[in-house]
Amino acid sequence: MTSLTLEQTEQHDLQAFIDGTAHYFDHITGQEAVVGAPYLRTTENPSLEYTGMIGVSGSRKGFVYFTSSREMLENVLDAMGETDFCDANIADITGEIANTISGNVRRSYGKNFMISVPVVLAGGNHQVTFPGGNATYIIPVSWKQFEPRLMICLE
Amino acid sequence: MNRKLMIVDDSNVVRRSIERAVNLDNLDIVGVAGNGIKAIELFKETQPDLVTMDITMPEMDGVQCVEELIELNPEVHILVVSALADKATAIEALSKGAQGYLSKPFNPKELNEAFLELLEDD
Repeated sequence: MTSLTLEQTEQHDLQAFIDGTAHYFDHITGQEAVVGAPYLRTTENPSLEYTGMIGVSGSRKGFVYFTSSREMLENVLDAMGETDFCDANIADITGEIANTISGNVRRSYGKNFMISVPVVLAGGNHQVTFPGGNATYIIPVSWKQFEPRLMICLE
Repeated sequence: MNRKLMIVDDSNVVRRSIERAVNLDNLDIVGVAGNGIKAIELFKETQPDLVTMDITMPEMDGVQCVEELIELNPEVHILVVSALADKATAIEALSKGAQGYLSKPFNPKELNEAFLELLEDD
């Protein structure tokens, strides 16, 4: 039997999100995203213009957030063939990206990694609330000239 | 005779991407719904032959909706299109009567291949 250190466990847990993020952009847009090494959140508010938030319950508890600039979201819609960049569709794709990456993680975590429907926060000054007591990892993404982030805060 | 398709997903962007992706001559889109309850109402009105079904939706989730649609018409073909990529969820949806399971993110080619596979069974 092999045992993992805390750091190895965290890396293992985050790898599914890293793989899922790369897969999403590659598959939906045909253009690869570079997903960087996760780091611990230090700034108070790391959110960008739009944030999609997924509540996690069951075997793990917490939140998964995907945050991005509006311009990047317009580029994703464009890559999907969508021509209507209205506010509703921008919010919709923000939630859908968060939902798809979180749902795909169940391939590794299993059915008891239960996810909510997405909630989307918008506006340049919106504040994401992180549950206290748990570390939040930020996974930086680079796609085209944009730098969205995935943020993982799980017990 | 053309076959009728209904699209069920809580994301408007995904519904529209499925509409754009459909590339089969004999398939007409007869309706779109954003949750399971609306899907059942629309199903009764339009009697589709084929349904794409999301799972994580407000009001009524896709697995329950599959069960209800199969009760209304055991002959309908249901393709689950979901971000939930674990085997257990796929097996559950298939056990309720869905005939295919496509994980998001999908591309148009994968979607049309999945439609063809379902319709070939007839």
